[in-house]
Amino acid sequence: MATLIKGRRVVSENPFSLKDKVVRLEPADDPAAISLEGVARVEVNFPKFGDGRGYSIARLLRTRYGYRGELRAVGHITRDLLFFLESCGFDAFELREGEDPREALASFEDFSEAYQASVARPVPLFRRRAV
Amino acid sequence: MYLYDAIDQRLVDERVRQFRDQTRRFLADQLSEDEFRALRLRNGLYIQRYAPMLRIAIPYGLLSTRQLRKLADIARKYDRGYGHFSTRQNLQLNWPKLEQVPEILAELATVQMHAIQTSGNSFRNVTTDHFAGVAQDEFVDSFVWCEILRQWSTFHPEFSYLPRKFKIAVNGARADRAAVGVHDIGLHAIKQGNEIGFKVLVGGGLGRTPMVGHVIREFLPWQHLLTYLEAILRVYNRYGRRDNIHKARIKILVKERGPEKFREEVEAEWAHLKHGLDTLTEKEVARVEARFTRPQYQSLKNENLAGEPAFLAWAKRNVHPHKVPGYAAVTLSLKKTGVPPGDVTSDQMDAIADLADRYSFGELRVSHEQNLVLADVRQRDLAPLWREARALGLATPNIGLLTNIISCPGGDFCALANAKSIPVAQAIQERFDDLDYLHEIGELDLNISGCMNACGHHHVGHIGILGVDKNGEEWYQVEIGGNQAPASLGKVIGPSLARADIPDAIEKLIHCYLDRRDSEAERFVDVVHRIGIEPFKERVYGHAHQRAPRSQREPVLA
Repeated sequence: MATLIKGRRVVSENPFSLKDKVVRLEPADDPAAISLEGVARVEVNFPKFGDGRGYSIARLLRTRYGYRGELRAVGHITRDLLFFLESCGFDAFELREGEDPREALASFEDFSEAYQASVARPVPLFRRRAV
Repeated sequence: MYLYDAIDQRLVDERVRQFRDQTRRFLADQLSEDEFRALRLRNGLYIQRYAPMLRIAIPYGLLSTRQLRKLADIARKYDRGYGHFSTRQNLQLNWPKLEQVPEILAELATVQMHAIQTSGNSFRNVTTDHFAGVAQDEFVDSFVWCEILRQWSTFHPEFSYLPRKFKIAVNGARADRAAVGVHDIGLHAIKQGNEIGFKVLVGGGLGRTPMVGHVIREFLPWQHLLTYLEAILRVYNRYGRRDNIHKARIKILVKERGPEKFREEVEAEWAHLKHGLDTLTEKEVARVEARFTRPQYQSLKNENLAGEPAFLAWAKRNVHPHKVPGYAAVTLSLKKTGVPPGDVTSDQMDAIADLADRYSFGELRVSHEQNLVLADVRQRDLAPLWREARALGLATPNIGLLTNIISCPGGDFCALANAKSIPVAQAIQERFDDLDYLHEIGELDLNISGCMNACGHHHVGHIGILGVDKNGEEWYQVEIGGNQAPASLGKVIGPSLARADIPDAIEKLIHCYLDRRDSEAERFVDVVHRIGIEPFKERVYGHAHQRAPRSQREPVLA
C-alpha cells in the first residue's frame, strides 16, 4: 500500500479500491479529451522526477474543465514537489517509496507566498501586494 | 537597483531553508542522485570536473557595490579568491564545497542575492542590455520589465519542470544589445504612437542546433505580457519533446510545428487567458519602477575629452554615450591578456566596488560579453577613473575589438567541455597584442566555446571557435560570419584545426579581411557577408595544408 497524503493529512487507503470511478492520465494525455462525468478521482502520473507536464494537466482540469473531484499526483513524487503540485490543483499525493509522509507534510509550507496566479492562489501577488 | 520588499526577501530566505534540508537529505541518502541533481541545479549547483560549480544569479546583470563586496567575501571564504562572470551575466564559483553551499546561499540572501534557477530545466536569469536606463536610444527601461519577469518566472508552480532550460531576453532600445534573436523568447520593446509593447520572438538559441528566433507577434501591448508568455510556456511545457535532451528546447518544437502553426497554438491558448487576472496593471509597473533606486544626476554639460593618447585610445573603445549630459558609461575590461576572460579576483572585486562607489553611484552591471560596466560616470571623472582602472589591470582598451574574447571556462573547469577554451583565448590575445594593429582591424567579436553547448556563444561571433573531440584529442572548428544582432549564425570554414594552429588561422582570416575590405568602415563580419566564406577558407587551408598535411584534413587543390 502506497503512502498517501490527502487534504494535507496522511491517510491509509487502498489505492486499488474499485468503488470509485477513477481516471488515470499519463503526461502526454490531453485532459480535454476525457469525460469527467461521474469521475471521483483523476490520477495524474509523473513517471519521472523531472517531467513537468502533469502540472499543466492539473491546472487545466481545475481552471478550464471545471473538475472538482480528487486530483491525485502519483508516480515519482517526493516532498520537494508538494508545494508546486498543490498550487496547480492537486489535493492528493501518493509519495514514492522511502519518503516519510509525516516529515513530508511540512513541505506544503516550503514557501509562504507565490508571485504567480495558480489554482491555490487565483489572484496573482501583484494584485494583492501593498505598494 | 531593485530593492526587495518583505515578500521578495522571505521567498529567498525560504528557498535557502528548503535547499539546506534537501542537501541534508541527500547526504543522508534520502534523496537519490537523480532527484538531488534536479533540485541542486535549480539552485545553481553543478558537480564539475574537479569540484562543484556554483552559479550565482545576477538578475539582468545589475549589481550593487554591497553585493559585489559580498561576492568577493564569499569567493575568499568558500572558494579560491576569484570568480568568473558568465555570458548570462551571472557569477560562477569554481571550487565551493557541496556541504557549504547552503551557507553560501544564506550569505547571499543577506544582500538580496541567490542562485535560484541559474541552471536546470526551468526559467533562467532574464538578461538585457547592459546600457539599460542610460542608453540614448532607449524607449523603455528594460530593467523594470526584467524584474517583472524575474518575479513571474521565479518558482513558477506550473513551469518549474520544463522540458529544458528556458532563456528570456528583453531589449528596451532601438539597437538590440540583448541578442533577442538567439533566446528561447526574445522581447524587443516597441513604441506605437504612445503605446508601449513588445515584438515577441520565439525559438532562437545557440547550443548544438543554433537557430534564429521567429517573430510570432509583431506588437504585444505591455498589459498582456504575462498572459501571452503563459500561453507560450503552456504549449511548450505540454508538447516540447522530453524524449531526447538534445531536441527538448522550444526551438525544436517551433521548427517541428512550423512557426505559423506554433503561433496559432499559442494564440488559441492565449484566447483563454487574455484579459485574465494576470493582465498587468499600471499600478504594478509603477510599483516595480518605484522600487528601483535611481542615480541623482547633477546638472552638467558634455565635455570634450582631452589627454594623453593612451587615455584617448581607452575612451574611444571603453567609454560609451549616456542619455544625461555630462555623463558617460564606462566598460571595465575583464579581457586583459593572460587572464581568463571574465575572471576577477576577490581583491579586484573590492577595488571595483570602491571605484563604483566613488564614480558611479554604487552600482555596476555585468555585460554578456563578460565585462563590468560603470553606467553613470561624470565625464570630468573619466581621466582619474582611467588611471585607477589601469592600475588595477581593468583598462585594456579593447571593447568591441578582437581581444575582447567571449569564452566559456572550457575544459580547464567544465565537465561537459570537449576542449579547453582559455588557453586558446590567451594564445589569440598574445598574437594580437599590438594595440595599433587591433584598432586597425576594428570591430570584431571573437567567441570561443569548449563544446557544442555553446556557452561561449561561438555561433554569433564574427569569428567563432568551437572545441571538438576527435578520438580523445582536442580540435577546434572555426566559423565566420556570425553576428549577435541582427542575429546571424556563423558558417564553418573547414575541417577542425589543432590548438597550436589557431592563432595562425585567425591571423590569415584577418589578412584576408584587410585585403578585401572596401574601407575601414567595413567590418570583418560585413566583408564575410559581402564576399562569402570561400576566400577566407582558401586563405586558411591553402597554407595549413602545405605546412602540416594530416589524414583528417581534406586535400586542398592548390
